[in-house]
Amino acid sequence: MAHNAQGEHHSPSYGLLTGIWLGLLWLTGFTVWAASIDLGFLNIVAAMAIATTKASLVVLIFMHLKYENWMLKGFVLMTFAILAIFIGFTFFDTVYR
Amino acid sequence: MTSGALSQMNNAHKDYEGAKLGMWLFLFTELLLFGGLFLLYSVYLRRYQVQFHAASQELDVVMGTTNTIVLITSSWFVAMGVAALKRGEIARAKGLTLATIAFALVFLVIKYFEWGAKFHHGLFPGGAELATREQGQMVYFALYFAMTGLHGVHVVVGMGVLGLAWWLMHSGHSTGKDYVFLENTGLYWHLVDLIWIYLFPLFYLIT
Amino acid sequence: MNHESVQAGSFWDARGLASWLFTVDHKRIGLLYLWCVLSFFIVGVTIGILMRLELIAPGATIMGQQTYNAMFTLHGVIMVFLVVIPSVPASFGNIILPLHLGAEDVAFPKLNMFSWWLYAIGAVTALTALFTGGGPPDTGWTFYVPFSAVTTTNVSVAVAAVFILGFSSILTGLNFIVTIHRMRAPGLTWTRLSLFAWALYATAWIQLLATPILGITGLLIIIERVLHMGIFDPARGGDPILYQHLFWIYSHPAVYIMVLPAMGVISDIIPVFARKAIFGYKTIAFSSLAIAFAGSLVWAHHMFVSGMSDTAVMVFSILTFVVAIPSAVKVFNWVSTLYKGSIHLEPPLVYALGFIFLFTMGGITGLVLGAAGADMHVHDTYFVVGHFHYVIFGGTGMGLFAAMHFWLPKVYGRMYNKKLASWAAIILIIGMNGLYFPMYMLGLAGMPRRYYDYLPQFTNMHVAATIGSWVVLLGLVLMFANLWHGLRKGPRIGRNPWGAATLEWSLASPPPTHNFDTEPVVDRGPYDFRGIEPDE
Repeated sequence: MAHNAQGEHHSPSYGLLTGIWLGLLWLTGFTVWAASIDLGFLNIVAAMAIATTKASLVVLIFMHLKYENWMLKGFVLMTFAILAIFIGFTFFDTVYR
Repeated sequence: MTSGALSQMNNAHKDYEGAKLGMWLFLFTELLLFGGLFLLYSVYLRRYQVQFHAASQELDVVMGTTNTIVLITSSWFVAMGVAALKRGEIARAKGLTLATIAFALVFLVIKYFEWGAKFHHGLFPGGAELATREQGQMVYFALYFAMTGLHGVHVVVGMGVLGLAWWLMHSGHSTGKDYVFLENTGLYWHLVDLIWIYLFPLFYLIT
Repeated sequence: MNHESVQAGSFWDARGLASWLFTVDHKRIGLLYLWCVLSFFIVGVTIGILMRLELIAPGATIMGQQTYNAMFTLHGVIMVFLVVIPSVPASFGNIILPLHLGAEDVAFPKLNMFSWWLYAIGAVTALTALFTGGGPPDTGWTFYVPFSAVTTTNVSVAVAAVFILGFSSILTGLNFIVTIHRMRAPGLTWTRLSLFAWALYATAWIQLLATPILGITGLLIIIERVLHMGIFDPARGGDPILYQHLFWIYSHPAVYIMVLPAMGVISDIIPVFARKAIFGYKTIAFSSLAIAFAGSLVWAHHMFVSGMSDTAVMVFSILTFVVAIPSAVKVFNWVSTLYKGSIHLEPPLVYALGFIFLFTMGGITGLVLGAAGADMHVHDTYFVVGHFHYVIFGGTGMGLFAAMHFWLPKVYGRMYNKKLASWAAIILIIGMNGLYFPMYMLGLAGMPRRYYDYLPQFTNMHVAATIGSWVVLLGLVLMFANLWHGLRKGPRIGRNPWGAATLEWSLASPPPTHNFDTEPVVDRGPYDFRGIEPDE
């Protein structure tokens, strides 16, 4: 933990960052392997789930969001929610044509 | 944001939290910018599932996976670099930042070969081979070039900003006490990584 | 600017073009925006007057078909992107927001200057589109594919201009969000923020999150024209309706970027001239956020007849009715504030009342358009044109004029002729009704929009509208002439000519560059008039 003039600003340890990196590499291998099995429609679901897991590790640890205030966390969620709404509502059109 | 961080250097009252908030807000705009393309991809994937699967087989999974590893590693480098700078380890931070730039370059080189192969085989919008394929495959490749192209532009810009971050450490402007520029640059770079984390399976792994 | 016309010791002191073009002072940046916006407004009005001259009779009157197509495209592009979207937030938002917060500037002053430069470069790029390539675009400001992909007019340059202007808007929104979060003076809690600040906050989030979609849409048009990507080309598997989705995902929230700040101006003006705290402060603040959110869910009500699914038509129609609710809440609360207030019919209030009346005239027909069944009949007719001009010109336009009459005396330190200002407002209100009400009749009777020619039975209503346009022109000329003269040569004013309670009125008129000599400590709400009286 590093404290300095810019305030008490937490910094993850080198070990944690390296661990996340290794986890991301493993998840990459996992998603490539999962894609080689025919799961039909579930393939894309699995791929997105793994991608979201990787994304969460990047956002929470590499981008430090886990240690930021609740307001910023809320803004991040809100942005993803808005994007989900934009895509989802468009599907009201394209799916039911 | 570059201008905001630079104004901080001249202003005695620096606002670290404000600078970080500003950067996150800018990242939101990037998410929405790419989001429009992801919207198009989602709709077309559902409409042309079979043809997207077929077109996806034209991509080289090895090169795609390698690039994913390259980008994830570059993200790790810059995250370590920010941690190093916060600990006052300037030389280590500078080295890690250079390593990030180097890996970004590797990413672009691999991309260059991938795109080159597609152009060579006529698999691009307006290309001879693609004109013979089904419409779903045409849409797939239009989206492939649009999305990886826009992503590539962001990689290039990121390299420039990382270079500036390196110079600020080199010239003593960024220190163990004033590190927000590198931290914000890292945030931007992680976003570039984040977008690729989704592009990779959507284009390479839907066979 | 006459040197003697401004007191020394104010933000006007530094001289020379460079001190303006490279300023980081939010007050100067706001004024740069205001002058540019008003200049482009005059250009846009001129085009509108010419269009109305063309439409005074069937057939070609003063121009041919291609010219008319270019005219309505330019009118739309200039008014939407160069005038209305920046109008209140970029001008008065910049000048007033830091003052309302007790701050010495915005969070990122250099970024603010960059935002203005992007606006200026975008404007020059838009002008370039007129005189280069295949001539001014003829697609309408909406740039629908497939026509925008194939027309030989200069669409790419125009869309590039829109992209640059969008970036300017995004960065302003970013700056305002950080400013409001980080730079409030001690004691200025969120519940003591002015409603103008609340409106700017909600607007800033829309600017931030919606405009990037416009950015990508513009990029897609450019790469379609230049690289022939085919993403929307049906011959290559593309879906043109997806373009409309992307376009309106931004452009519907954009109308809330246009109107929310103007509503914030009204919310700040009414209490001052009713000498009474605003009715339902928290509700109005929340309604701004609610409009921003709900307004992001309704975009496809512009697409009821595009060929999209019936399910989408019904979903978006229902949601459109929802967004009317917080807007109506504001109108009810404004009127409730006036009720049993001590009314001082000063010019800002006259313009604000004009806003309420005209915005309501337009807002009500928004419900007609939002009802999908009714929309089948009036889509792409003059009914739509009447609706959006009532809400944008009668709404945001009057809101901008109200802001000018409220705040420009603070900026220039002088007062205009109040009687003339109020008369100009009344002429404008009459003129706008004369210009836009016939459009409702025309639309219901079936007159399509974007047509330079029409069947003889529409002539009378078109003549009425054109005469209305001349009355509007008269009102505008009177208003601008009065302001131009008064703000340069009118009597000097003190700190608080209106007796308002927000922080800008504690400063000299005009204020010093650094705003506050010492950081204010806020211990009262923005509409707490106890102990506050107008000067004199």
